[in-house]
Amino acid sequence: MSAVIQASGLGKAYRRAWALRDCTLAIPEGRVVGLVGPNGAGKTTLLRLAVGLLAPTCGTISVLGQRPAAGPAQLARAGFVAQDTPVYARMTVADHLRLGAWLNPGWDHALTQRQVAQVGLDLRQRAGSLSGGQRAQLALTLALAKRPDLLMLDEPVASLDPLARREFLRGLMEAVAEHGVSVVLSSHLVADLERVCDYLVVLVASRVRVTGEGQRAAGLASPAVRAAPRPRRPPRGPGSHRGKPHRQAEHPPGPYGPAGSRPVLDRHAGESGGPGARLHEPGAR
Amino acid sequence: MIRLSMFQFRGQAATAAVALAVFAVILAATGPHLSGLYDSSGIAACRAHGNCLPLATSFATKLGGLYTVLYFTGTGFLLLVPAIIGTFWAAPLLTREFEAGTFQLAWTQSVTRTRWLAAKLGVGTLAAIATAGLFSLLLTWWSGPIDTAAPFAKGNSITFLRLGFVLFPTRGITPLGYAACAFALGVTAGGLIRRTVPAMAATLAAFVSIQIAWPIWVRPHLIPPAHKLVALTAATIPNAETAVGPGGSTILVPSLPGMTGNWIISTQNIDPAGRPFNVNSVSACQGNTPRHATTR
Repeated sequence: MSAVIQASGLGKAYRRAWALRDCTLAIPEGRVVGLVGPNGAGKTTLLRLAVGLLAPTCGTISVLGQRPAAGPAQLARAGFVAQDTPVYARMTVADHLRLGAWLNPGWDHALTQRQVAQVGLDLRQRAGSLSGGQRAQLALTLALAKRPDLLMLDEPVASLDPLARREFLRGLMEAVAEHGVSVVLSSHLVADLERVCDYLVVLVASRVRVTGEGQRAAGLASPAVRAAPRPRRPPRGPGSHRGKPHRQAEHPPGPYGPAGSRPVLDRHAGESGGPGARLHEPGAR
Repeated sequence: MIRLSMFQFRGQAATAAVALAVFAVILAATGPHLSGLYDSSGIAACRAHGNCLPLATSFATKLGGLYTVLYFTGTGFLLLVPAIIGTFWAAPLLTREFEAGTFQLAWTQSVTRTRWLAAKLGVGTLAAIATAGLFSLLLTWWSGPIDTAAPFAKGNSITFLRLGFVLFPTRGITPLGYAACAFALGVTAGGLIRRTVPAMAATLAAFVSIQIAWPIWVRPHLIPPAHKLVALTAATIPNAETAVGPGGSTILVPSLPGMTGNWIISTQNIDPAGRPFNVNSVSACQGNTPRHATTR
């Protein structure tokens, strides 16, 4: 089993500052991964790098075994819902679905029909007049109907009210269960991810602090965690937890076990002291 | 991707179609009468043997105000068409995607950015060229009689020169090139500036600068001009007009048979030794025979 996203020493600098630096991580296949961190931590930058909307300043990233946006085949396998779920305001819902069918060879028409009926989208309505929740559903439909192997969503629920938020996440989870797509979902609110994610990546101050596994990693969801990871419990995933914690600088992540369950510890988390390290310490239980 | 580009272009295409239809109806309604006037004026026959001034003058008188207004409005509109295309079609092409964030949607479908851009540019450029071409075709057909007759009535007035800065960019195939240029400028400005209104302003400013600068500084040098020496004699001086020459001097420009409508880039009076000659500096030049050099 391979990693859907593999980054090594990845960094992106804008004119003044690093938006993301020294990011080394491997996200296993078949998971729903939460990308957590405060605003400005580099979540959007990481996801944009992963879909090829940005080019890295240094380091490498490969998504589904290839450079992001390497070609039509790679693009077809990676779905993306951008922050604030942008859609063409003047085009109707039906126009968007036509756009998707034109631009994606693997377009799943039946899926869009089901999804539209389920969410209650009006095909003739212009996307500009949709509510935030409906727009997010339209963007999700577009991303799902291309039948990607990996779906990346950047703060998809940030602007939604709690009800729409729950609806959206439920729809997402149903699709994940149905199509077995790997998902990476970013949010600055861990509570959103708590219910749906089984793997967490914590980004703080443009560095990866922790990557951890299991629903228990959502135990990170205390406010303090957003500033610095301070987990109370070690992660316990559904799979076996093998091996000792390691520093990535010394040992780049190798192949994962069948369950893809090995938590990966970023070296900065190790440097930052005990809490990060303890997360992965089997004996700390 | 071409289908999507055409689909997203349908608004602009509809606008262009309506404008073309209005333009065509107006010109089609007035064109036949105009060419009838020209055919009955006899200018076509006299072009071969010279003096068409009286015929052209009477043709101009018969035309009346409506046709003059249409002529200048149509010509002015053709000057604007490429600017409009660059400003309203090309500049927002990319900036709209950046401002609404929809590039993130477009570029993460199963189509590479190269193909996306190629389709956008291909459809847009072809539409710009086709639109300008159709406008130009209509106007070139309609204004043919006036374009032919005007130089006989107006002499070498820069307004009516085929190669002047008014007629050249608004007739024949030149608008196609200007439209392609404006489209390229607009897309480039949009890609660099990334905001719609500043990109539109930059496109308009850059295109108008090109429209002004090109005929003044570049076009005269594209092809080496022909030089022509005409003797200023007792026979030619009475028909000569005075004009402002190099350094503010006064020069005499004799009428040049067979050169009606030619683009005269510069005119200079020289003395028999080839030195610049200022008419003002000589009170009576009957004794001298300064020669007149024209460059076309």
